Amino acid sequence: MSLKIVVLAKQVPDTRNVGPDAMTPQGTVNRAALPAIFNPEDLNALEQALRLKDQNPGSTIHILTMGPPRATEVIREGLYRGTDGGYLLTDRAFAGADTLATSYALSMAIRKIGVPDLIIGGRQAIDGDTAQVGPQVAQKLGLNQITYVTSIDEIKDGQITVTRHIDGGVERVQAPLPLLLTVNGDAAPCRPRNAKLVMKYKRAMAPMERPAEGLPYAEEYDKKPYLTVTQWGVADVDGDLEQCGLSGSPTKVKAVQNIVFKAKESKQLTAADADVESLVKELLDSHTIG
Amino acid sequence: MANCYSDHEELKFELNHPLMKRIVELKERNFADKDKFDYAPLDYADTMDSYDRVLDIVGEITATTIADNAEGVDLEGPHHEGDRVRYASGTEANLQAMVSAGMNGMTMPRRFGGLNFSITPYTMCAEIVAAKDAGFGNIWSLQDCIETLYEFGNEDQHSRFIPRVCAGETMSMDLTEPDAGSDLQRVMLKATYSEEEGCWLLNGVKRFITNGDADIHLVLARSEEGTTDGRGLSMFIYDKRQGGVNVRRIENKMGIHGSPTCELVYKNAHAELCGDRKLGLIKYVMALMNGARLGIAAQSVGISQGAYDEALSYAKDREQFGKKIINFPAVYDMLALMKAKLDAGRALLYQCSRYVDIYKALEDIARERKLEPEERKEQKTFAKLADSLTPLAKGMNSEYANQNTYDGIQILGGSGFMMDYALQRYYRDARITSIYEGTTQLQVVAAIRYVTNGSYLAQCREFETAQLSADLQPLQTIAKTMADKLEEATAKVKEAADQELHDICARHLVEIAADTIMLHLLLYNANERPDLFAKSAHVYANHVVAEVAKHHAFIMNMTPEQLAYYRQTVPAAEAE
Repeated sequence: MSLKIVVLAKQVPDTRNVGPDAMTPQGTVNRAALPAIFNPEDLNALEQALRLKDQNPGSTIHILTMGPPRATEVIREGLYRGTDGGYLLTDRAFAGADTLATSYALSMAIRKIGVPDLIIGGRQAIDGDTAQVGPQVAQKLGLNQITYVTSIDEIKDGQITVTRHIDGGVERVQAPLPLLLTVNGDAAPCRPRNAKLVMKYKRAMAPMERPAEGLPYAEEYDKKPYLTVTQWGVADVDGDLEQCGLSGSPTKVKAVQNIVFKAKESKQLTAADADVESLVKELLDSHTIG
Repeated sequence: MANCYSDHEELKFELNHPLMKRIVELKERNFADKDKFDYAPLDYADTMDSYDRVLDIVGEITATTIADNAEGVDLEGPHHEGDRVRYASGTEANLQAMVSAGMNGMTMPRRFGGLNFSITPYTMCAEIVAAKDAGFGNIWSLQDCIETLYEFGNEDQHSRFIPRVCAGETMSMDLTEPDAGSDLQRVMLKATYSEEEGCWLLNGVKRFITNGDADIHLVLARSEEGTTDGRGLSMFIYDKRQGGVNVRRIENKMGIHGSPTCELVYKNAHAELCGDRKLGLIKYVMALMNGARLGIAAQSVGISQGAYDEALSYAKDREQFGKKIINFPAVYDMLALMKAKLDAGRALLYQCSRYVDIYKALEDIARERKLEPEERKEQKTFAKLADSLTPLAKGMNSEYANQNTYDGIQILGGSGFMMDYALQRYYRDARITSIYEGTTQLQVVAAIRYVTNGSYLAQCREFETAQLSADLQPLQTIAKTMADKLEEATAKVKEAADQELHDICARHLVEIAADTIMLHLLLYNANERPDLFAKSAHVYANHVVAEVAKHHAFIMNMTPEQLAYYRQTVPAAEAE
């Protein structure tokens, strides 16, 4: 069967390669010092979507992202790997959103697109680490959801079977479509960009990024509609300004603290079985492992 | 994220050489594809941007998938199952990544599904891949066999085979046999035309065939019964789907474990002729080998880069006598020389690939229309330059790869000797580069005519007219004295008029020429980008001035009488 899939993706600062200037003296993220990347678990989600498209000819994938105009890069990265298009939610009124306001905006956009068979997102973004947006979008759309997915095993007769990560193991779950999934980082890594698609889509842009008339390649956008990425503001998705951005975000950051992890104490152990066993017991008791 | 392309700015510098403008113009035929293919470039800047982006993808795949799999592939190696080859699991994953990224049939025209890339960026991809897994580099870069099928096959063969290679099917070139290694004229694999089957049947054995279980093979076989030399050989296309070729054995090699080296048995294997009969060795294999030699030069540069990176990072980290070992002159001397050889060898590689690009693009245009007189002249000039630089690029870079991996291990000391570090793998992988696709000794045979006909000297003299910065002028003067030595030594050898003396001096003459040309190329680079190349230019000048003096002294001291000390006489009884 052909599927309509929307992938939720976010452009995030690369917090994995943090240098000394990654934080401002005020304790906020210094976005200028960190490269903007495709949120890693969203790439895992994208790969799951692409596999479904490989197996189900005629399926379509669109990436939905919210962010400043430069976040269109996330949509291009999808096009480079085989998605069909994307939607950029960008508006000053969306700025400063916490997970509630974000999931509101995303869910309004999905209503506008039309609820697809599957919505797939990464488990969480590396900047906020909340893992809340996916579940909240499902709730707002009244959809079922499965979180912590590591693989999609089968889609048949409107039912999907997935393997999801749980404490101490995995479980296989079946659910009817439509459905929202969040995918874990230990799912299959995303495929590389494809050379031809990169060359085809490298100039795909949201209208506000496009070169002005008269500049090189400006006329390409009239000839090649696939180079224009859909861009929506609050009004385009019939959003309620009160529920968007900062005004729609009940989360208030009280203070931010710099924390430096330091070993408080160290222990020397021998390789003897008794020593190893006592350490394992200790770690189990303190719930560090297990 | 690590990226084996963008992490080395030297590569981007080589890509943006001014000659690329002409290459792209020829290759893209005034951008005629732009309205036919959505991925075709619109202009020169657009083409270069696409090259850059595609190299970035290869750099990323190499730094992640290929790098992560390299050790496992080395340990696992390919499997011989029944009569077939199954790649190591990491090799499978590497291939899948490259195929899904669309990196196959890169240089083929778009109408066959290729990327229509010129040879220079393609060669760069080969270098990048080899920097993490030289063995996988073989499997992937054997795609350039398709160049030969494109050049000499007919339209029907193009339409049947090229799209398959662009879609990721692999290739092999089946040349070597147990009694035909360097001397391919002795190939015995028998090709007989069967009226009944309406095709050629191949029977016999091939040995040392890289990626011998490939989907599409180019096979050198004897089609003219009763002949014994190269003129009785033709080139055939064997499609694995036809069946008839089995893998009898996979060789157990010292290095490049990712690359299965096979012994093949042909039993009435159905094949089709590629090009004309009797031109198999004298025309087509020569073309095939020239492409392959450029590939090995790229592989060698990649290995040198990989070894340098490993040695550098170890030397920065390792402390002895209270300081990082990179601060000891004995260590930084080795590192500086590794880098200088790497930069000089790479400059030669891409100078050569650019020459190949120009003449091949013109050759291809000549298939569509008659070349203008000045185009014909250009084609000839660049073909000659390419033919002269190919054996130097292959010979010198493969020797440098061996030297660099040797020094790399030395920098790591005891750790370098341990299997836990990657350098031993580079060292083992490097060893084949100066042997296959023509040994260094055979590269000398191919290159020596350009010493004696003055072609290298003329190239050097032309380089000497370049306007360089004050810092580099003294080095240019050194290069001039090296060319003078080349001239003097060449004259001496010619004067002696003794073939054996000529042959024993050949390697020394060729190295003087290569060292001088590479110094000039590095000076050009250093003049353009002192921040990237000035240090290497100085280090390399110091190195080659001494090398050239050594070779020059050898030649000037050598007399026909001394040959007796060198000759190895075999007692008559043993010679039987």
